[in-house]
Amino acid sequence: MADIHTKTDEHITPTEVAEVELYHATSFWTKYIFSQDAKVIAIQYSIVAIAIGFVALALSSLIRLQLGFPHLFEFITPETYYQFVTMHGMIMVVYLLTALFLGGFGNYLIPLMIGARDMVFPYVNMLSFWIYFLAVIVLVVSFFVPGGPTGAGWTLYPPQAILSGTPGSQGAGIILMLASLALFIIGFTMGGLNYVVTVLQGRTRGMTMMRLPLTIWGIFTATVLALLAFPALLVATVMMLFDRVLGTSFFMPSLIEFGEHLSYGGGSPIMFQHLFWFFGHPEVYIVALPAFGIVSDLISVNARKNIFGYRMMVWAIVGIGGLSFIVWAHHMYVSGMHPFFGFFFATTTLIIAVPTAIKVYNWVLTLWRGDIHLTTPMLFSIGFIVTFVNGGLTGLFLGNVVVDVPLSDTMFVVAHFHMVMGVAPVMVIMGAIYHWYPKITGRMLNDAMGKFHFWVTFVGSYLIFFPMHYVGLVGVPRRYPELGDAAFIPESVATLNAFISISAFVVGFAQIVFLYNLIRSIRNGKHAGSNPWRATTLEWQTAQTPPGHGNFGDELPIVYRWPYDYSVPGASVDFIAQNDPGTGAKPETTS
Amino acid sequence: MAVVILLVLVVLGSVLFHVFSPWWWTEIATNWSVIDDMISVTFWITGAVFAAVILFMAYCIFKFQHTEGRVAAYEPENNKLEIWLTIITSLGITALLVPGLVVWFQFVTVPGIATEVEVLAQQWYWSYRLPGKDGKLGMVDNRLISNENPLGINPNDPYGQDDVVIDSDALHLPIGKPIKMLLRSADVLHDYYVPEFRAKMDMVPGMVTYFWIEPTRTGEFDVLCAELCGTGHYMMSGKVFIDTQEDYELWLLEQLTFAEISPSENLSTATVVADGN
Repeated sequence: MADIHTKTDEHITPTEVAEVELYHATSFWTKYIFSQDAKVIAIQYSIVAIAIGFVALALSSLIRLQLGFPHLFEFITPETYYQFVTMHGMIMVVYLLTALFLGGFGNYLIPLMIGARDMVFPYVNMLSFWIYFLAVIVLVVSFFVPGGPTGAGWTLYPPQAILSGTPGSQGAGIILMLASLALFIIGFTMGGLNYVVTVLQGRTRGMTMMRLPLTIWGIFTATVLALLAFPALLVATVMMLFDRVLGTSFFMPSLIEFGEHLSYGGGSPIMFQHLFWFFGHPEVYIVALPAFGIVSDLISVNARKNIFGYRMMVWAIVGIGGLSFIVWAHHMYVSGMHPFFGFFFATTTLIIAVPTAIKVYNWVLTLWRGDIHLTTPMLFSIGFIVTFVNGGLTGLFLGNVVVDVPLSDTMFVVAHFHMVMGVAPVMVIMGAIYHWYPKITGRMLNDAMGKFHFWVTFVGSYLIFFPMHYVGLVGVPRRYPELGDAAFIPESVATLNAFISISAFVVGFAQIVFLYNLIRSIRNGKHAGSNPWRATTLEWQTAQTPPGHGNFGDELPIVYRWPYDYSVPGASVDFIAQNDPGTGAKPETTS
Repeated sequence: MAVVILLVLVVLGSVLFHVFSPWWWTEIATNWSVIDDMISVTFWITGAVFAAVILFMAYCIFKFQHTEGRVAAYEPENNKLEIWLTIITSLGITALLVPGLVVWFQFVTVPGIATEVEVLAQQWYWSYRLPGKDGKLGMVDNRLISNENPLGINPNDPYGQDDVVIDSDALHLPIGKPIKMLLRSADVLHDYYVPEFRAKMDMVPGMVTYFWIEPTRTGEFDVLCAELCGTGHYMMSGKVFIDTQEDYELWLLEQLTFAEISPSENLSTATVVADGN
């Protein structure tokens, strides 16, 4: 049983270490710019991530313009198309999703939800953001250098990433991309160590690991994955940088560039792919696990019911995290690696579907016999389940090695990963912003705009990515700026592409409404009060909203129960906060 | 209520779209119809799961939506249910995985009698090589590639002299015989992709990859590149023709061997030692 018993609490140990006074900033600069307050850093991370995310959104519109209405605009050439595709992918995966989930939500929620005053290393935390900011700047600069940004695809596969047939390879584009990634990883490592140590060392009295909200379990496990996975990418970027700048041959065999023999020799392009995906697959879960955690809490709050099978949910997160390190080569079934790897990686990949399925069951079983409030965060959570289940199931096609062979490198793959790690986590991010915005600003987001935002985004995204699978089934390869004249592609695919593009523009427009809502509600939103969702977790029990520096008042909260005491039989209200000694409540369990 | 309708529509719409979609895979031209069957089975199983989960969720929202006075149940865990769900899921996954691995074993086990055909990819075109009368391909090395020797065949290897060099983007293959496609690249990653073959594989400079097929119907098929290879990636197209044995032999007669296309001094000046394939 999870820690839900409240009568005698052996978890509340006496304070062993006296609290250390936080560094209290006094000037505007140290309070809001070079701030060491995790909440301010979280907002900084979020603003930068969302800003660069809108760049990625604009790029996706350009991509869809070309695919839906080829040759409409002269500036979209094959070169620029590949640059748009590359930067869109890279920004979304690394600079938006990773940064927002861990740097944004992680920074804001970890100290508040575990009952800590701040991260354990506030100064390093500040450095983490500024290095991330620098990484984003370097990325943006690459748009403006001669030759433009790299167009090598977000996977940056050598040899083409650094050979002249690829846009951005001869100027500074690829160099800035690799440098930016290296900076991102350095910055992330500083933040990531902080998140892990804070969760392990900074929990308040009574907050055992098995009383952590699933949000924290998701962010915590994802951070551990990221700390172990990103070094592989760092190594790969540095080695490719050497290949490009110093003429080494880590990933470069002897080859010919348009008739001219180059001096490279002896390197292995496949080695890069192994390093890249050793990072790249855990990366999928670095994005997914925080989403899993957050959505569990959103569903529980809005169904007024404990999350079903808490312990199973925790072990599923940990299990998925562990397994995510031994599935990477399912991205490489047709890479030319030894075919026997296929047996191993197909098996591990399909095994990971089991804990993932359990999570889905537990989300929908939480709804069963609940008291479901269809708030905007809840709508986005439902949208997440639909898109995640859809995208997860198409993963069973691509993970099952032989089924992957005809489908890999087609639009089916593009549809799959957008559904499962594009739309689904973004749904959670949206839901989470509607959920926590009141704590961050003290104001509610406008609900009518929120509902509009949900309906357009969800329906529109489904209309984009569901039919896209069938473009792939026809056999249309990914990363083609135009369909060409292949006989197997019927005319109607172009019509379908135009339809998909129009859906994409509508969804893009809805995000502008969302942005407007975010800005407008800072001043004009309804006052939220401290706990508008009547939630149990500690961030809603702060004395001030938004919480001041140090998060809690004079005394840190003491935790007496797990985070899911909703609708406890016999209790007078339908939630009991984690720091409520709750003498009246006598939770009984049915199992 | 709108959400319930939405969810039902998502399921209904997806199923109807699937059933009535005019966008479907190409008619297969090789022995790999078993892969198509695997895709169909996967569609059925995953489709059923998708419908079940989403409709169950729709039912929950319909039945347990907040009304004044509703109180949620309190049920933290249900071990029995969780264990059953785990077992059923594991069985479903196994039902997909085991046949998948069996077919993969067939896919990676090339019949001994298969004829070898080599494809060389470069930015952004294809060329081919067939074994000559000796039935063996000679050694090749990318470092030997030149205008006179477009495939980089080692002129000192006697097996290479009668190799048929097809320095054009049209390949012909005979129907009904297993063929091992050997895949090479001279520069960057490429991927030899003929949708009707169902098989595809990346081509990596510095190594030789492969897949095998047995063509089952004659016709003309498009070859595309399926691995991003630079600006010309989307234009890297070619043709492959599956011929009857007679037509194939007629075509083969018109092709030139390495010895026929290479100036004679090739033999004496080549000094680089080939590492072969």
